[in-house]
Amino acid sequence: MAYPSRVAQVRLKNLTKQFDGVTAVEDINLDIADREFMILLGPSGCGKSTLLRMIAGLEDPTEGEVWIGDVMVNDVLPKQRDVAMVFQSYALYPHKTVQENIEFPLKVRKVPKPERAAAALDAATSLGLAEYMARKPGALSGGQRQRVALARAIVRKPAVFCMDEPLSNLDAKLRGETRAELIALHQRLASTFVYVTHDQIEAMTMGTRIAVMSRGHLEQVGTPQEVYDKPASVFVAQFVGMPPMNILPAGSLEPGDHLVGVRPEHLHITAEGPLTMMVQLVEKLGHETLVTGVVGSKRVVVRQESDEAHPVAGDLVRLSAPEATRHRFDATTEQRIDR
Amino acid sequence: MAIDQVHGARKVGRYVLLSAMAVIVLFPIYMMVVGSLKPGNKVLVHPLLPTDFTTSTLREAWNSGHLGRALWNSALVSTVITIAQVATSILAAYAFAFLRFPGRSIVFVAFLATLLVPLEATLTVNRRTMQDLSWINSYKALTVPFLATAFGIFMIRQVFLQIPREMHEAASMDGLGHLGFLWQVAVPLSRPTIGALALFSFLSSWNQYLWPNLVTTNAKYNTVQTGLKALKSASLDKPNLVIAGTVIVALPIFIVLVAFQRQLIRGLTAGAVKG
Repeated sequence: MAYPSRVAQVRLKNLTKQFDGVTAVEDINLDIADREFMILLGPSGCGKSTLLRMIAGLEDPTEGEVWIGDVMVNDVLPKQRDVAMVFQSYALYPHKTVQENIEFPLKVRKVPKPERAAAALDAATSLGLAEYMARKPGALSGGQRQRVALARAIVRKPAVFCMDEPLSNLDAKLRGETRAELIALHQRLASTFVYVTHDQIEAMTMGTRIAVMSRGHLEQVGTPQEVYDKPASVFVAQFVGMPPMNILPAGSLEPGDHLVGVRPEHLHITAEGPLTMMVQLVEKLGHETLVTGVVGSKRVVVRQESDEAHPVAGDLVRLSAPEATRHRFDATTEQRIDR
Repeated sequence: MAIDQVHGARKVGRYVLLSAMAVIVLFPIYMMVVGSLKPGNKVLVHPLLPTDFTTSTLREAWNSGHLGRALWNSALVSTVITIAQVATSILAAYAFAFLRFPGRSIVFVAFLATLLVPLEATLTVNRRTMQDLSWINSYKALTVPFLATAFGIFMIRQVFLQIPREMHEAASMDGLGHLGFLWQVAVPLSRPTIGALALFSFLSSWNQYLWPNLVTTNAKYNTVQTGLKALKSASLDKPNLVIAGTVIVALPIFIVLVAFQRQLIRGLTAGAVKG
């Protein structure tokens, strides 16, 4: 059920949003390609939801422009933007049945009844909801409600889907399943997705590109692998990747007054490493083991294979980090230094 | 076993207490109904017992008090006021709950402040206004001053505020405008509270006495309460005529209460527990 081809490139130009003088989003420039699955990733309060809401038309930009396709939509009402939104809380109408909820956007647009019933059934079937059409949202599980919210978005066949942390109310197992469903849905619909999350696993697994945000600014935009392999700043390095990247003063590893970042999997416990770590905690997770300790005053995490020899809390161990795996950041600006 | 006995005794005690309270509440109504079904000269003979059953007192009260006309007037006035109050409360509450406009809080507080002004304080001025408008002895005087109510606005606003903001936004993405969201989402979700407000409005306008008494002098515009007063003045020597009249005018309200009691209770407890 791919949609007829329609260019749905989203362009944000110098976008700024202030609430009562407080800047939530500042001077954002971002091009989201047609049919891209763009993830807006960042911690709470970084402005990612505000950015999404400006694309959807639920917030007016204080400055800057939002373009969808060839149209500048700053003054276009949400309902006329050809954008559908899936909310964190699902925002289903509790007094309407699943069928009525899914059909509702079409009903408002005065689509004839048989046509909208067929479209609703089509959307519901594609999400495994066909047998629940007569139920009200209160009689559904969280995962089912989320799928109804998705179906309500799909049925309109919008050019752009905006999703605001749609999985955060689901339990871990269901979240994993729904993630896979969303990836499949994006491929099936071949439409543009803009997806807000603070969960880096969602970001890494779902996005064609990730825009990492911090305090109203874009820190980095790139494919998940680029963001992981070449973080543009200390913030990105520590926000993407679990456990986060270890950041140490350069002096302990190499000459210079910059910062050095090393991923936990790139730190090795060896007899002759340049770093000395006092082990504080050893966590055996089955498929891997995390060894946490301090190097100087810095907390450091080492990821080991489960079959390696593990130290125990209280041990002093030596660590090495191969040069090729080190990331370097300016000590003042915390921006990446490429050599 | 001992615990069961304690529970049983508590239950019996509770029922005895509740029954006693019910008797206290229902006793005047019982006296009223019994009194209305007796001939005038037997009212004081065994006043507690329903002896000498007759409907003649009710018929006499109906005819001499022109209660048919009064009932019609009250029904008309109460219905108009109820519909208007519900409509204005819903619209104003929507603005206070969902629209952002400068001075919203101040305007809302000003609305609420009117609840603090007792009716008696404004009676004279309002009566004067009615006179200036030449509305004395008219349905306009009985209805227009009550077409909006701060209480209703407050009540509906509170229930509208419980509707998540995201639902409002979802509706605007779905294509609904303000009126569309109001009628298709907000009102259906607030039905119990709106029902309760309608009931309160109907009951309070049905029971109005002071205002109709002030703005009507012509019996043609008597409502049930002013009609009863007229009946009382005209039949000082027949006390049970007033009793019978009271039964007649209470009957419609009794029917309304029984029919909508669930709505009334749901409205009264709305917001008490997050639903």
